[in-house]
Amino acid sequence: MSRSHWWDRLATWVLWLAGLLILALLAGFLIRILGQGLPVLNVRFLTTKPREMLPGGGIGPELFNTFYITALSLLFSLPVGVGAGIYLAEYARPGRMTDLLRLSVEALASVPSIVLGLFGMILFVNAMGWGFTILGGALTLALLNLPVLVRVTEEAMRAVPDSYREASLGLGATQWQTVSRAILPAALPGILTGVTLVAGRAIGETAILIYTAGVTVSRHFPDFSLFAPGETLATRIWYVKSEGIVPDADAIAAGTSALLILVVLVFNLLLTAPIYWWQRKRSGR
Amino acid sequence: MVEKVRFSARDLNLYYGNFRALRGITLDIVENRVTALIGPSGCGKSTFLRTLNRMNDLVPNVRIEGKVLLDGQDIYAPDVDVVALRKRVGMVFQRPNPFPMSIYDNVAYGPRIHGEKRKAVLDELVEKSLRDAALWEEVKDRLHKSALSLSGGQQQRLCIARSLAVRPEVLLMDEPASALDPISTAKIEDLIRSLRSTYTIVIVTHNMQQAARISDYTAFFLSGELVEYGPTSVVFTNPKDQRTEDYITGRFG
Amino acid sequence: MTRARVSDRIARYLLWACAVAVTVVITAILVFVGREGLLTFTAVDPFTFFFSPVWDPPNHQFGALPFFLGSIAATAIALLIGAPLGLAGAIFMAKIAPPWLRGMLRQASNLFAGIPSVVYGYIGLTVLVPWIRGTLGGQGYGVLAAGIILGIMILPTIINTAEDAIQAVPGSLEEGSLGLGATRWQTIWNVILPAARPRILAGIILAFARAFGETTAVQMVIGNSPRVLTGLTTGTATLTSQIIMEMGQTPPGSTWNRALFMMAFGLLVNSVLLILLVRWVSSRGVAR
Repeated sequence: MSRSHWWDRLATWVLWLAGLLILALLAGFLIRILGQGLPVLNVRFLTTKPREMLPGGGIGPELFNTFYITALSLLFSLPVGVGAGIYLAEYARPGRMTDLLRLSVEALASVPSIVLGLFGMILFVNAMGWGFTILGGALTLALLNLPVLVRVTEEAMRAVPDSYREASLGLGATQWQTVSRAILPAALPGILTGVTLVAGRAIGETAILIYTAGVTVSRHFPDFSLFAPGETLATRIWYVKSEGIVPDADAIAAGTSALLILVVLVFNLLLTAPIYWWQRKRSGR
Repeated sequence: MVEKVRFSARDLNLYYGNFRALRGITLDIVENRVTALIGPSGCGKSTFLRTLNRMNDLVPNVRIEGKVLLDGQDIYAPDVDVVALRKRVGMVFQRPNPFPMSIYDNVAYGPRIHGEKRKAVLDELVEKSLRDAALWEEVKDRLHKSALSLSGGQQQRLCIARSLAVRPEVLLMDEPASALDPISTAKIEDLIRSLRSTYTIVIVTHNMQQAARISDYTAFFLSGELVEYGPTSVVFTNPKDQRTEDYITGRFG
Repeated sequence: MTRARVSDRIARYLLWACAVAVTVVITAILVFVGREGLLTFTAVDPFTFFFSPVWDPPNHQFGALPFFLGSIAATAIALLIGAPLGLAGAIFMAKIAPPWLRGMLRQASNLFAGIPSVVYGYIGLTVLVPWIRGTLGGQGYGVLAAGIILGIMILPTIINTAEDAIQAVPGSLEEGSLGLGATRWQTIWNVILPAARPRILAGIILAFARAFGETTAVQMVIGNSPRVLTGLTTGTATLTSQIIMEMGQTPPGSTWNRALFMMAFGLLVNSVLLILLVRWVSSRGVAR
């Protein structure tokens, strides 16, 4: 009996260790990134253009491009993703066609980002002859967002109780009226949470953008042209640490990393609060 | 006084796959009266209720034989507009199911989906429906609060108001008070009595005393069959079928 | 009324089109990447491609073995590190940690998941590689560095799926074991983990797929030397790192370019096969 108690003790210790190790790792990461990077961040850094060979470049255009490309990719992927999710949740009937659709979503979700990037390159950079553009990057990034949005939407819609559907249909509503007026609004918080997830991933994405949006920025700042080259914060870090030859690469990489983390964090917080508030309002508590 | 028949079922059979849930039901529902459907669990009374507004269409593998006539027209004819049907024949469910919206939006939902956009008209409809459902006084100051902040009994009256707002001719009620406490139940029963003269009401209930209290006609179902149907007073005091008597006196059920 | 009916019809078709669009996209990806990749074999024979360790495109040598080995090694190390740690963390969260700590760990897991891979690579490059070089010798780059970073990156995946799997085990099973006088650890080891095994396994396969397909973080710490790895701390390359390193230099339509696409196609096929595997494993578990 005491032997099994001894094992139990040991296991408990090990598990506590694991949990605390995970927290320590995270703390270590954040301290390192923010510690090294925050001192580099100042207004000048955030607003000036990068330099290729001399020190002192900034990341202004990259910051702009990051938001621009992310926003565009959401613009492209939201309608199709949410639409497909609604279809799977409310309209699709069991059968081989529906199985194929589901499998397609899962398969697309599993495609490694570098492969998506190559696909975007074949299609937008080469076949359509655009070269490296913001539009090409955003469209390829939309492919990354798509499966997650479909899955999140479908789950959120399914979570809405059937009693609402019954009530709406019983009042003489068509299926689309029921979906659009009663079910979708109730599923919105869940969908928005998914959007936050997707946007966070898009902000930090590198492999997709290197060969579709490129690693340079436009000469003008800010440049809203969809066909301008579009290096983002993430691709900047990669470029500076892999192929770049600026002397202050370390500082730039550190600062940009810190900024990237902050952007992702702030983004998460910014969206969680309103979602929470809206949910409370609807459920009357 | 001639009692006009609104709804008629003629030799209605319903199959879930191979299982025959309704057997040859022939029944007349009288206008502006309350008809109660009683019987033990699983006897088919709820299934029959749902054939009257074609809610059974939502169940996969359902097959209907026979006719259901509303004002002489078969509602299962191929060219029937189910959406229009459900506007004429409303339904209140066992568990209150208000939408997660404001009280106002809940009641206005029906008229809005049928195309009504004018605010003045909607305001009027909402007030009238809530008054008819005996809920207006309790909620008139918080119409824009969430419907989920109401108590169970109030939510059910809200659902009734919601159904009334589309101005149906027939109101189907599937055990509307079974999930409620006794006081709310009494309020719902009063409400049904007051609605009687304007609407044709069909109510499913497992509570025989309730059926005896509020209905004009009673239909007793057993294992998918209609065993007996007639004026409530007759069915309860002088039933023709032995099975009816057994059920009413509590020998089974 | 007919207006609503018309909208209903249109909506149904539009939504169907959205769903079909997804199928079109994945099919296009398979076709485009596959076509470019398979054209490699017009100039290189498959046996050489998959098994030759010599990668020297300027001299028409297209042996991709170093990259296959590199990917497998890095991913294996990642799983060796990430799976036990993640599983332990999940058990801790589900069964032992007080609620406030559980919440903190969940947030930590979400934060880990939110850190971009390029930042992981940056940390790997500036912290891990020098440390390995100092402690274990060698170049510091290599599959060990990549494996450690990947192991941390897959932690959220393992933790989330394992925690869900453990929570899904019915409380009655746990109560039954404890009621017989088993210790908490005995219950976890003998009852809960076996019951949760299919879903935990699915999570591990998912993590494998993620690690195998990861590009940026790996490329920054692997050393980018297209040679078969000779040790844990010698520079080498993986499928993903090699693609991203060389894609920019190769002319479209050249054999070199196509060889890289073939590597990408290999990654793609691998991912799709892995999710089929996950589906199969999950369906077996649920059938209980």
